Amino acid sequence: MKHRMVTAALSLIGLYVALYLSLWKIGLMGPLVCGVGSCEAVQMSRFAYLFGIPVAFFGVAGFLALLVVSLVGLRPAFVGKPGPTKLLVALSGGGAAFSLYLTYLEAFVLEAWCRWCILIAVLIFSVFTAALLGLRQRPSKT
Amino acid sequence: MAGMKGFYVGFGVLAVGGAGVLLVAMGRGAAELPSGPIEIAAIESGRGWGGYVVGDADAPVEIIEYADFECPACRVQWVLTVQDVKQRLVATGRARYAFRDFPLSMHVNSRAAHHAAACADEQGMFQQMHDELFGMQDKWTGRSDAESRFRRYAGDIGVDLDRYDACMEEGRYRGRIQASIEGGAALGVTSTPAFIIGNRLYRGISYDEIKAIVDSLTAVASQ
Repeated sequence: MKHRMVTAALSLIGLYVALYLSLWKIGLMGPLVCGVGSCEAVQMSRFAYLFGIPVAFFGVAGFLALLVVSLVGLRPAFVGKPGPTKLLVALSGGGAAFSLYLTYLEAFVLEAWCRWCILIAVLIFSVFTAALLGLRQRPSKT
Repeated sequence: MAGMKGFYVGFGVLAVGGAGVLLVAMGRGAAELPSGPIEIAAIESGRGWGGYVVGDADAPVEIIEYADFECPACRVQWVLTVQDVKQRLVATGRARYAFRDFPLSMHVNSRAAHHAAACADEQGMFQQMHDELFGMQDKWTGRSDAESRFRRYAGDIGVDLDRYDACMEEGRYRGRIQASIEGGAALGVTSTPAFIIGNRLYRGISYDEIKAIVDSLTAVASQ
């Protein structure tokens, strides 16, 4: 069940990054720390919204869901069951595909990069990879 | 089970540490105008304000830009488009251009920047202050010492700093800036830069597109 520990930790980091961008989006955060990059250009583009909702909010919801599934999957009652891992694969797979689309927009449409968005992409792909590896493992009780 | 215990300890440290970093980031400083609510009368007095207008009052087309001094895209728009618009459309009498305040709440220093520009405008130096603010944007954006930088820029362009200080301390134009924001929002502006040309709203637009719209509206007006 180590993969669920990994997905839980990565999801928590992803949740904080998405929360940071969301709080900035609604004006509760100070200036966006970006270093070299174009975080604000990306965050203020028309692609920063989906159905009128900031994309960062979807990130918060997605990572929160992954975190909850990971932690529930670590409870004794679910440790030996494959359900949580399958759910992790499905959720993170969807997130990874969406993240791939956003990265494409950054590279070829906006031609601007947001480091935080790249970090989120790396995290969601890492969760997806860990969940896939977990799916291949034989269920164990430990 | 020892492994699980270690995991939960590490997870707890990560959770508390992350929350702490977020709280610290939320508390970082920004430029501040006099705080407190803006009186409705002050906002109402700014309702009929048309913006910082340049160009011939009889020009057939008005180009209104809602912009935010702390918005990088607005700076790019200023460099790539607005200067062209002023030189090729406004200076030739084909259009007039109005800059209206639309500081976004996500930008911590933006209201103060717009207020600094308004105080410079009192002394007939809006355009110079506008150019300083956009030109130096990367030097003050997000910084806690932004207001002292604005004062330095004002001094550099020749603004009388005693009058400027009095204007800033009083927050003389807070109501008008708020009225501009509300006016823009009522027209459908949600992001910057936004242009209103011929009663239509455009978000981020090139010089060629603006020229085509102006040509079209001019042709319609002359029919």
